[in-house]
Amino acid sequence: MARAEAPPPAIRVSKLTKSYDDVLAVNRLSFSVAEGTTAALLGGNGAGKTTTISMILGLLLPTRGRVSVLGIDMLTHRYDALPRMNFSSPYVDLPKRLTARENLKVYAGLYGIGRAARRIGELAEELDLTAFMDRPSGTLSAGQRTRLALAKALLNEPDVLLLDEPTASLDPDTGDRIRTYLETYRDTRRATILLASHNMAEVERLCSRVMMMRAGRIVDQGSPAELIRRYGRANLEDVFLDIARNRHLADRHPDRKGPEQKGPEQKGRAA
Amino acid sequence: MSGRAAGAGTRGAFATSRRIRAMVLRYVYLYRGSWPRILEMAYWPTLQMIMWGFLTIFLASKSGFFVQAAGVLIAAVLLWDVLFRASLGVSLSFLEEMWSRNLGHLFVSPLRPGEFVAALTLMSAIRVLIGVIPAALLAIWLYAYSIFDMGLPLIAFFANLQVMGWSFGLVVCGLLMRYGLGAESIAWFAIFAVAPFSAIYYPLSVMPDWLQWIAGILPSTHVFEGMRAVLVDETFRTDLLINALALNAAYLTVSVLVFLRFFRSARERGLILQIGE
Repeated sequence: MARAEAPPPAIRVSKLTKSYDDVLAVNRLSFSVAEGTTAALLGGNGAGKTTTISMILGLLLPTRGRVSVLGIDMLTHRYDALPRMNFSSPYVDLPKRLTARENLKVYAGLYGIGRAARRIGELAEELDLTAFMDRPSGTLSAGQRTRLALAKALLNEPDVLLLDEPTASLDPDTGDRIRTYLETYRDTRRATILLASHNMAEVERLCSRVMMMRAGRIVDQGSPAELIRRYGRANLEDVFLDIARNRHLADRHPDRKGPEQKGPEQKGRAA
Repeated sequence: MSGRAAGAGTRGAFATSRRIRAMVLRYVYLYRGSWPRILEMAYWPTLQMIMWGFLTIFLASKSGFFVQAAGVLIAAVLLWDVLFRASLGVSLSFLEEMWSRNLGHLFVSPLRPGEFVAALTLMSAIRVLIGVIPAALLAIWLYAYSIFDMGLPLIAFFANLQVMGWSFGLVVCGLLMRYGLGAESIAWFAIFAVAPFSAIYYPLSVMPDWLQWIAGILPSTHVFEGMRAVLVDETFRTDLLINALALNAAYLTVSVLVFLRFFRSARERGLILQIGE
């Protein structure tokens, strides 16, 4: 009897490299994210997370390597994938002079959303934006803007969602509600989420897989529980600090080989 | 849930027109909520027309030429403003995206660069009409001169100057993508580089031969020469129109290619997410 083939990963990155003149920002990065799961790229500033996300989105062209999303090659057929993806980042704004509703209407048009007014109303309610919908985006608080950016990212009910700091600027209560919303969204739609976050508690809660980056490379990866166990730490934040400060596993556990001791090809340069 | 974008619904002429409409809507929302932006569109064309109108009245009292060809200066002012505003209309709409740090969102949406270019040019045409029509109407009231009396040739002149302005504007947008907001001032002065050679206020024949050759490769020169032929000689020169159309076809093709090349360069250099205030 033939075995059922596993579905292709929603995101597949293969030997992805980005260099700027003499700076190697991302160095032969390979990973995949299974459909219906949440994965995180973690790392200090300049580790290459944003560069990697930008290449997955097609905003940045890789020097070498391939990216496919939903089985679609992002270098050659990006416009076939973009309607099924979306993105949110606190570092990319929505026009401040437009009201929240106007911004969402414009993006509903760009994504070809049917019954846009209804979808916008749903999102406003779910993300607690109803009271601010007719205010210019520039007058919203940082937390309200983060929720608006998330509403924009969810307008087209994407199969793949790339989120940079999805709960930045949110109070703990709102942050928790957004995490619950994202979990529900992922589970009901079998959506795939790749996020970059410095909130380790968030990553522990949302992600089944974590890729730790330093100097443009994945230096370790696994589930949050696996990483915590492997590094003998109490939480993911301590694991992050070990990796960011280059404290090798082998230094603390001489019987284990640290991620930096795997070979000379690990030594990339950060952006 | 009600929204989901259908895969098939993102292709084809209908989807393209819907995305272009969405971008135009984005600028309509912006202008609707910002009266200084609307005022800016009509302010300079109106002031220019008032000044040059009085100059025309003064010159007409001193020169038989201006009595015979009444309105030639006012028409030149208004048509020059069409060219200037068409260029500025493209680059200012693009600058709005840079100022608001919105390019990252736009370029991860299904909006294609060609559709973005179409929206920029459409907005440019709307901006030109908002800017120039009040000035043209004011000229009728103040000086009893109507540029609309030119009739159908006016449409040809207007269209050619629009297209030339778009070409310049698109190249400026490319430079803005490559060099960021440090190159913002180019948007304001780039088109003025062609003003001395476009035979706007004086005929081509007053230029030295070598300069006439340079002027000849500008579509605007053929438009303004054509305008004088209509107003002074009362003839419509189809040869000048054909020259302008051919040159504009080349200009627009090159400018779109330049825009796309700079867009690719911005993607190679990782500039799109960095562009901002």
